[in-house]
Amino acid sequence: MTDATERTVTPRKSPPWLNRDRMSVLLIALGCVALLLGGSLLYPGFLKPGYLLQQLQIAAFLGIIATGAMMVILLGEIDLSVPWTITGTAIVVISASGSSNPLIASLAIPLGLCLGMAVGLLNAIGVAVFRVPAMVWTLAVNAMLLGAAVFYTGNSRPNGEVPWLATQAATGRSFGIPNAFLVWAVLAAITVWMLKRTVYGNYLYALGNSRRAVFLAGARVHLVTVATFVLAGLFSSFGAILLLGYTNQAYQGMGDPYLMPVISAVVIGGTSIQGGRGNYVGTFVGAIFITLLSSILSVMQMPPAARQIIFGAIILVMLLIHGLTDKNGDI
Amino acid sequence: MTTRLRQNAREAIAALALVVLFTGYIAIHPRGFSTYVVTIWSNEGTLLGLAAIAQFFVVLVKGIDLSVGSVVALTNVVASFVLNGSPTSIALGMVAVLAVGVACGLVNGIAVVHGRVQPIVTTLATGGMFSGIALLLRPTPGGSIDETMSDALTYAVAGIPVSAIVLVVVLVALLVLLRRTTVGLGLYGVGSSEQSAYMTGLRVNRLKLVAYSSSGFVAALAGIYVSMVTLTGDPNIGPSYTLNSIAAVVLGGVALSGGVGSPIGAVIGALILKTISSLMFFSGLPPLAQPFFEGLILATAIALGALGVFRVRSRLELYR
Repeated sequence: MTDATERTVTPRKSPPWLNRDRMSVLLIALGCVALLLGGSLLYPGFLKPGYLLQQLQIAAFLGIIATGAMMVILLGEIDLSVPWTITGTAIVVISASGSSNPLIASLAIPLGLCLGMAVGLLNAIGVAVFRVPAMVWTLAVNAMLLGAAVFYTGNSRPNGEVPWLATQAATGRSFGIPNAFLVWAVLAAITVWMLKRTVYGNYLYALGNSRRAVFLAGARVHLVTVATFVLAGLFSSFGAILLLGYTNQAYQGMGDPYLMPVISAVVIGGTSIQGGRGNYVGTFVGAIFITLLSSILSVMQMPPAARQIIFGAIILVMLLIHGLTDKNGDI
Repeated sequence: MTTRLRQNAREAIAALALVVLFTGYIAIHPRGFSTYVVTIWSNEGTLLGLAAIAQFFVVLVKGIDLSVGSVVALTNVVASFVLNGSPTSIALGMVAVLAVGVACGLVNGIAVVHGRVQPIVTTLATGGMFSGIALLLRPTPGGSIDETMSDALTYAVAGIPVSAIVLVVVLVALLVLLRRTTVGLGLYGVGSSEQSAYMTGLRVNRLKLVAYSSSGFVAALAGIYVSMVTLTGDPNIGPSYTLNSIAAVVLGGVALSGGVGSPIGAVIGALILKTISSLMFFSGLPPLAQPFFEGLILATAIALGALGVFRVRSRLELYR
């Protein structure tokens, strides 16, 4: 149902402080606690600060990429070009940083971020100007990025150097807390401010709810769409640079395992896949939940097949809980 | 005649593009127009074509199915266990594979209809589960398929590939069901406007379940046909089918907003995609550059299909 009437708030029984957004966050946070308790029964080292901090560090890569994905989803679109934006950025950064020209080498990280924004712009042109469904257009963009990366690297692992800054940001610690998590926290604060306090954020939610109404109100719909896709590309490549610092190498397909977890993190965090509803705290906790879940499944030494089934089943159950408890429309 | 053409303009344009691409492919191919070349092309096209029809059913009722490829992979794996032995056991095996497909579709449908979860996220989760089950059943490609049946279904009879005959039979059957029965028309109704369909008295929920299980059924047909062509069960074939089936449906003029399009369009879209990648193989481009041009052609084709947006009278029509 895309009609605006479906989305208006109806009176409900739950107390006023427990609105839909908070309900989702509460649910997913309870899920995290359950995972931690269950994990600690299986594996005693689970509740040690060292392990938990490491989980937060790994969750940061997923979380930063999910931030961009969430904005696009709030807009009511979807970005399937995430995997090769990640891989492409990693390849560009590692090659530029290994360049013999000191100027190019020092500009490696900005170049990577520019690539992400360029991909976002390309996505936005297809979606905003040609009005191609985002799901198909970003898929085609993903295919082109894959092609370009294969052509550039000649199907072998790109050589180069990982920038010092990326390694520090991804693996270093300040005051005992992983830098990656601190970076994510800062970006999260900026995102929350942007979504709640700026005109752009208001338009983003409004567009997700009713494009037609926002257009009639005289807002510059194209501008908001372009800005959102460019920001999403920027977040993807930001996450990719941290990921590069963490893995210390770039390889074909390094972004492929991220698409599903990113979308899952956003959606189980309570963001409506149809756009217009959701808050960032949900995505934040959602990214931690997904990270904990895959960590526990790998600690239990499940075969990959069983891991996939359990992962899918748990996400489906979380979605069903949302769908069946929410009286006010679909997820 | 002209009205009919205008009604099916999107399919007509796609068909024209297919003819041009196919002519180019035959012209470039070193062996030219021969039964061998056409049979290979038709076999590969049928695989994707069936997957595209499976996608079409879900898109018709305003959904999207990210688990099509996983269902194809799962049914392919199941087929590699059961499609062997005496004719009776093969027939029973066929029924079992189709039942698995329908069950997968029903799981999706129930979660969407009764669990009230959006199709895209439902199928994202179930797709992971289905391919997980396929991996559990057969961690590496293998199994055996009855070769006599495979030969019968993948070669040509009197110069016409059997796969093309199969595809045409499936298409005709589906067209009759979609255009001549209450259920078929109901599916279009639900896709065009769920609210109107509900108020007209259509059983919207039941129709949606029909759409999802039909999708599973056709995906199982694709899975069976994959095992005929490759003679193995491979749990890892899923992802490319999912993505290509969505692209095929869009190229074939099926609207992602639901209610518009036909299985013929979906198949034409699939054949276009298959021809593009075959064309690349013989194009003389360096192999490393081929994936890029494949993506570029796909993007161009989709953007060209969307050029209609520049003809709209009021921009308001674009924002629904």
